[in-house]
Amino acid sequence: MKEYRFVIKDKMGIHARPAGLLVKEAGKFPCKVTIEKDGKEVDAKRIFGIMGLGAKCGQEIILRTDGEQEEEALETLSKFLEENM
Amino acid sequence: MTLEGKSVFSGIAIGRISIFKKADQQVIRKKVNDPEQEIARFEEAKEKAKTQLMALYEKAMKEVGEINAAIFEVHQMMLEDPDYVDSVYHIIRSQGVNAEYAVASTGDNFAEIFAAMDDDYMRERAADVKDISNRLIEVLQGNEQGEIHTEEPVILFAEDLAPSETVQLDKSKVLSFVTHLGSTNSHTAILARTMNIPAVIGVDFPQDVDGKMGIVDGYTGKVYIDPPFSLMEEYQQKKEKDEEKKRLLLQLKGKENITLDGKKINLYANIGGVSDVAAVLANDAGGIGLFRSEFLYLESKDYPTEEEQFSAYKTVAEKMAGKEVIIRTLDIGADKQVDYFNLGKEENPAMGYRAIRICLDRPEIFKTQLRAIYRASYYGTLAIMFPMIISVDEVRQIKKMVETVKEELAKEQIPFKEVELGIMIETPAAALVSEELAKEVDFFSIGTNDLTQYTLAIDRQNQKLDNIYDPHHPAVLKLLKMVVENGHKEGCWVGICGELGADTTLTETFLKMGFDELSVSPSMILKVREKIRSIDTTK
Repeated sequence: MKEYRFVIKDKMGIHARPAGLLVKEAGKFPCKVTIEKDGKEVDAKRIFGIMGLGAKCGQEIILRTDGEQEEEALETLSKFLEENM
Repeated sequence: MTLEGKSVFSGIAIGRISIFKKADQQVIRKKVNDPEQEIARFEEAKEKAKTQLMALYEKAMKEVGEINAAIFEVHQMMLEDPDYVDSVYHIIRSQGVNAEYAVASTGDNFAEIFAAMDDDYMRERAADVKDISNRLIEVLQGNEQGEIHTEEPVILFAEDLAPSETVQLDKSKVLSFVTHLGSTNSHTAILARTMNIPAVIGVDFPQDVDGKMGIVDGYTGKVYIDPPFSLMEEYQQKKEKDEEKKRLLLQLKGKENITLDGKKINLYANIGGVSDVAAVLANDAGGIGLFRSEFLYLESKDYPTEEEQFSAYKTVAEKMAGKEVIIRTLDIGADKQVDYFNLGKEENPAMGYRAIRICLDRPEIFKTQLRAIYRASYYGTLAIMFPMIISVDEVRQIKKMVETVKEELAKEQIPFKEVELGIMIETPAAALVSEELAKEVDFFSIGTNDLTQYTLAIDRQNQKLDNIYDPHHPAVLKLLKMVVENGHKEGCWVGICGELGADTTLTETFLKMGFDELSVSPSMILKVREKIRSIDTTK
């Protein structure tokens, strides 16, 4: 399992549009992808899960990938976070 | 009747009101014999809904752009979300009920999760969940979504508008949105901004307004139902002005002040306080040609300190981000009286103890202001101009004081920049000796209001004389021409900061005379720019 810590920079937090894009990106990998905030962990391939975190600007989230292609997934998705959130 | 709400986009709309009716959607809980058949119906509806959303995405892409269209992609994902789908399956199977009911209760549950979040934006997403659930139910029931049935454009009233509803609307039929629910982040607000039409939310309206005439004031958030004729007329005028402004902004913001034959002129704004800077920037002025410093003195109960003045000048300099700001030094006396100056009553105040005359007589007041301006000069591009000049001697006295102030600041190691010095030409005397005055300063700015009053010997406060107070008088225009020529001879730039600068019937004359700058009220900038761009000075 791999993990990546990230602090949200977008002042709107993880709102619908980037959340949708993230789900799309995560869906491209066979491994398990999750996001944790304040001890609550959700499936990053599920839009309601991600939006339900209510992650806001300045808060830390942890991206985890586990299974097949986990390294590749972590690299792609962490880059996605840096660029979009 | 007047209703009140919160404006989310400004503008004025006048027209007939139409209440948006949602398709009738009653969901009845029914026991079914074959839950698997309901699941098949749900799957079928889901596919159909996805196809609809794809089409909406395409439509929104064309009409409101990718950023606003993205929501329909998110809606498609929500439809596919395993949590959502599992919940529907679970309700159908465990309770043995119809698909409509399972979708409705899943939608409500998920919407509640968002509604409970401590963030306005996220709370607003409850509407998205309801929207997709309603779409599914409509497909399951074989219904169509609500539409506006109207020939003429209307003011659309609605309880709330879901994103799919706003996109499906025929935009050419909507003058304004008025909703009961919604927030500044709602789709209605976003769409109103994109469509550039007024929108007011949080309006609790009775159903009987349907079909009545209405006015939406997107500046105050007020909505008038069945307004009296006089109010309609008043708003018709406001609307025309508003549309003119929007049109000018759209066409002329960011454009140069250049004539058809390539002559350029600076178009600056006149302001009377720090808060006016927003209007200066919104109307795309090239700088501030007249910053009346009187407000500092008029708003205060005692002489404003150097610190107070410095802070105001610095703020304006910084907000203008390097664009020129011309501060006119204290111009009180005459019609502008301040108690603590103890100026006493005068027989003829317009010709009395005022402006630079006070400053030269009471140098301690003047010096405080000069120090404040020079200190602020470090934070932008400042210039100073002096009012009510009549002689070269006055200008030399001023320059001597300026030198003293600069020396003091240098000694105290307080940073400042070089500042252009100019004078206002508002007395016939100054106009007549402008050739000599030009050798002393960097620029002239003509105050046409006072220049007209002194040239024509007409008190501009006396209403009985309004009909003969004529700033187009040949005597005034001759003085203007003379000042430009004399200024240019000695390398000064010459501008106008009086009301005449905004008189578009004279713009061509000013350009032909060779003026380098016009400074007008912020709201006039674009109108004058439009005029300049239509003129050919060679003709």
